[in-house]
Amino acid sequence: MTIKLKIIAILIGAFLFVYIIELVRRRKLREEYSWLWLITGSTIVILSLWYDLLVTISNFIGGILPSSVLFFFGMIFLLLILLHMSVKISSLTDQVKNLAQELSIFRSKKERGK
Amino acid sequence: MNDFAIIIPAYNEAGRIAATITGIRKFVNTDIIVINDGSTDKTVKEARDAGALVIELPFNLGYGAALQTGYKYALFKGYRFAVQMDADGQHDPGYIMPLLKEVRSGSADVAIGSRFLGEGDYRPTTLKKIGMIFFSMIASSITGQKVTDPTSGFQALNEKSMKFYASDAYPTDFPDADVLIMLHRKGMRFVEVPVKMNQSTKKKSMHSGIVPLYYLFKMVLSIFVTLLRRD
Repeated sequence: MTIKLKIIAILIGAFLFVYIIELVRRRKLREEYSWLWLITGSTIVILSLWYDLLVTISNFIGGILPSSVLFFFGMIFLLLILLHMSVKISSLTDQVKNLAQELSIFRSKKERGK
Repeated sequence: MNDFAIIIPAYNEAGRIAATITGIRKFVNTDIIVINDGSTDKTVKEARDAGALVIELPFNLGYGAALQTGYKYALFKGYRFAVQMDADGQHDPGYIMPLLKEVRSGSADVAIGSRFLGEGDYRPTTLKKIGMIFFSMIASSITGQKVTDPTSGFQALNEKSMKFYASDAYPTDFPDADVLIMLHRKGMRFVEVPVKMNQSTKKKSMHSGIVPLYYLFKMVLSIFVTLLRRD
């Protein structure tokens, strides 16, 4: 990895990390959703700083280019984050459905009580 | 108060809903609950004018969720039995009492009006027929009893099955053959009763366009995971 790429990767990772912390601080992002993003950010920083680790991982999983391995892990993380979102959307859908049902029942009761 | 209610989910059924309600009134004198699933037409007004109690969902939730709303309401109001029907008038109200008789006598928790047990001359399209036969076979082999019409929306329920239909375990997107399998797994009994069905006055079916493919996929997946569940 060239020194230039290293610096860019560290900057991106660090920015992501700080930005997520800031979002949580301003209550724009709930803690429960932040952990996967924080792992993604810190992984980028760690692997950029500790190049040997990236090479070791690459060799271990049979990767040829360490930078491709970095992308590969990035993709895995994104997949996990998307899956996490789908799970959340599913439970939100159920909650919205239940709320709408309760609301309609409650409203019909109230209207007829008048 | 009557001990049973008629539950009718309705989405854009103006022009049909009033006739359906009047038709039911000719056969039974009980509370008719219409769940308006976010209709954009005059469904609510027509149903109210026809004398039904209308529950209005704030937005469109889909057939199963609207139906479930009816069961939640029925349980909340303390009805002991409920009969669910379609809003478009394809279900003959003359069969309400025969269906109800099955759950009242305690011989079953759910009585399903089947269009394929000799009565009437319901003719589904070829594609629909293939789907129905496919899921009938699956449901029959898993539940160990003959299922001829798993897609029927003409059903009578007792309190026990109403509680299941109102629970989070009930599949609210396309309740169908998978519900029968869930009932069976929960130890509830269902029975099919022959009913006559009028061809729907509505041109557009609930399952049209790309929906049949998704429906096929959803039903196979739903049945598969139901079998994987322990409860």
